[in-house]
Amino acid sequence: MKEDLTEHTRVDHGSDNIDAGMPLTSGPTILKSAASPRVATNKVLCQACPVLCQITVGRTGACDRWGNIDGVLTRLDPIVLARRQLANGDDPAVFVTGVGAGTTYPDYKPAPFIVASQHEGVDMVTVVTEGIFSYCSFKVKIDTDRFLGPEQANVRHGGEIVGHVTTAEYGSQMLSVGGVHHLTGGSRKEGRVTCELMAALGNKQAVELSIEGGANLIVQAGQPPVVNGLPESRMRVGCGSATIGIFAQQWFGLVDDVVVVDDHITGVLSEHQAGRCLGMIPSGIELRGRRSTPGRYFKVANPGTGWGGTDIDDPLSIIQGFDNSVSWPGLRFLMVSTTGEHSAYFVLDEALRPQVAQMPPAVRQVVERIAENCEPALSTVLFVGGAGGSLRAGVTESPVRLTQSIKDALVNVTCGGAPVYIWPGGGITVMVDVSRMPANSFGTVPTPAIVAPIEFTMRLTDYASLGGHLESVVPLSEVLARPLKRVIQQDLVNPWPIGGKALLG
Amino acid sequence: MSAGRSGPVRARLAAGRWHFQHGPIDLILHAEGELDAVDRSIAQCWDRFQTVLPALVTELARLRQPAHEHPAVEGPVATRMVQACAPFAAERFITPMAAVAGAVADELIENFWQAGVTRAFINNGGDIALHLTSDEKYRVGICSEFGATLDSIFAVGAEMPVRGVATSGWRGRSFSLGIADSVTVLASSAASADAAATMIANTVNCDFAGIIRVPAEQLKDDTDLGSRLVTVDVPPLPPASIASALQRGCAEAEYWRGRGIIYAAALSLQGEVEVVIPKTDASAPWVMPRVSRNGARA
Repeated sequence: MKEDLTEHTRVDHGSDNIDAGMPLTSGPTILKSAASPRVATNKVLCQACPVLCQITVGRTGACDRWGNIDGVLTRLDPIVLARRQLANGDDPAVFVTGVGAGTTYPDYKPAPFIVASQHEGVDMVTVVTEGIFSYCSFKVKIDTDRFLGPEQANVRHGGEIVGHVTTAEYGSQMLSVGGVHHLTGGSRKEGRVTCELMAALGNKQAVELSIEGGANLIVQAGQPPVVNGLPESRMRVGCGSATIGIFAQQWFGLVDDVVVVDDHITGVLSEHQAGRCLGMIPSGIELRGRRSTPGRYFKVANPGTGWGGTDIDDPLSIIQGFDNSVSWPGLRFLMVSTTGEHSAYFVLDEALRPQVAQMPPAVRQVVERIAENCEPALSTVLFVGGAGGSLRAGVTESPVRLTQSIKDALVNVTCGGAPVYIWPGGGITVMVDVSRMPANSFGTVPTPAIVAPIEFTMRLTDYASLGGHLESVVPLSEVLARPLKRVIQQDLVNPWPIGGKALLG
Repeated sequence: MSAGRSGPVRARLAAGRWHFQHGPIDLILHAEGELDAVDRSIAQCWDRFQTVLPALVTELARLRQPAHEHPAVEGPVATRMVQACAPFAAERFITPMAAVAGAVADELIENFWQAGVTRAFINNGGDIALHLTSDEKYRVGICSEFGATLDSIFAVGAEMPVRGVATSGWRGRSFSLGIADSVTVLASSAASADAAATMIANTVNCDFAGIIRVPAEQLKDDTDLGSRLVTVDVPPLPPASIASALQRGCAEAEYWRGRGIIYAAALSLQGEVEVVIPKTDASAPWVMPRVSRNGARA
């Protein structure tokens, strides 16, 4: 009688679930092979569905998703093949991606696919696998001026800490999501939640994040971020000072002053170097906040989701007053945010109180130009993973030689056919834009850890000299003959992996 | 014991399509019309889907018996399977399993028969049930090679007596006794089309040394085909073999078309396409086989 087997498998992506968002099951699928007296010794009972197939070694069940591999009930995902149509009408070139390739963890065996093909007359080899990454994270860039939370604040999902706020970049806020400390360093639940979230983020699904002391976000690779329920549409054109610098000339002569409201630096045209150079005279507008250099003010308000990433809804609230020895009745001034999303036009009355007035069309035009010059706000997601571990043993018997060959630019590294950046220094730390990867590229294992496709492509001669598993090299036609495969068009934004070069740091 | 067993799952796909999956059943669904009606019909369909597989498995043993033994079944899907195979059972070997995919699609498409839904389809791994109202039609393309260009394309209009389109071939998930890359059948229901496509594909055949056939039971546990030889590889065939294999298939298709079991069929083998269409409808531009890869259409 077969002993009670418990086999862990990857998340069920549903072989035909090609463009669906979510994996079909919410977490790692764990199937127990029951020791039932009715199951023959050379079969496993699959309990994945009510059909309850008893599957003989080497065969698949009724669904073709589960099979008996060496007595173990195993999930069989289709391998994803990327193809590109050649301009000269030749047969399309095909590249075997690691998506669905499976893994030979702990990698003392050759990788699941070591494929030989021809590229410009040279024999090329691609070693295709799905790496299990414990050390990996996603770096998320959120294009927004709104305050998302203080640096170092925890990022939570499903109540668990899954990452943190890192630096603000120009017009964007960076988050780090995932990482080994959340995957395996915290509670079991923290690891599970982090792992599921990471796979969803990598698979280009919308995920909810909440930042301690900050905003609630919906983040999806390649889509506008949603901050506290409001979709972000545009990035700011620059900080308030930069906006003054860009548009000073266009405002000159139309208004007596402009205040560009921005959470970082709020600019005042007449006082700013740009206004001075144009010969503008002081307007006497006195701002709140702390003056940095002439015409540039820090902290005019608190960060928030109002004007220019501040918490204000009434722009006049950042104006302390008007210097009655300088300002004059009839003074015209514009207040505008750094995205052009908010704007208001005022004229001072006899008592030097600002009164809302109709914005002249010429002024409106410049406001609209600010908006036109703002790029669409997106969330972008990069996967960062360390492939320097035992995964290399699936490629070669001498792992350091793979690392060296990559650094020597002999080996192209891709993730699901997408180009990667190799971080300088030791190890093979890859960084890849998940938007360039095929749908549902990421999976999970219960460790918990992330499963991601990775391919190493090189000349056959180089593969031989780095101690590759030459005995395991199969021709491309053999992979093409597999019943379980899925063909996708290679995304044209990606260079063709075969014959390409990894971007080395 | 049941730890890990997964029930039906569904996912919304691009362009308003849905994917329902339970065990071996994979459905792509799409409906058009008034939003409320579409949402309601999808929701009802999902409800109905919950019990489809559990009910089927209770009668699986009987459904794997040859249909000529008149298996007595109870479930609505099982009944559809038996009925769809009945016309073939007297003359051919067939088990109700030949119509399982189409019968599931037929059973579920009825949820779209409601006011406000103008057209809908349920594609169960290539066996498709259609719902069409008034002037609606569907354009259906067939491609025998994954990711390749279409072999043929045709339109099914509401006025045609066609609500099922099914395809069978040796490359598909189900076994075939023949060598056709694909046989696509248009019939009044998906179950009928499914059974007929299986029957016709089985007859697209020739004797050629390189064709590899293996007893079905050596490939799959619990197959209804027992020790019958199923096709696992077909090498490139000489033109004469292709023509004669297609000719056999066309004769079979014509036979069932003459008895009103099917409406039309398109047969494809190594780039050659043959169609069997109603004589009275010969002018209808609904089947347009593409020029074969060899340049010479059979």
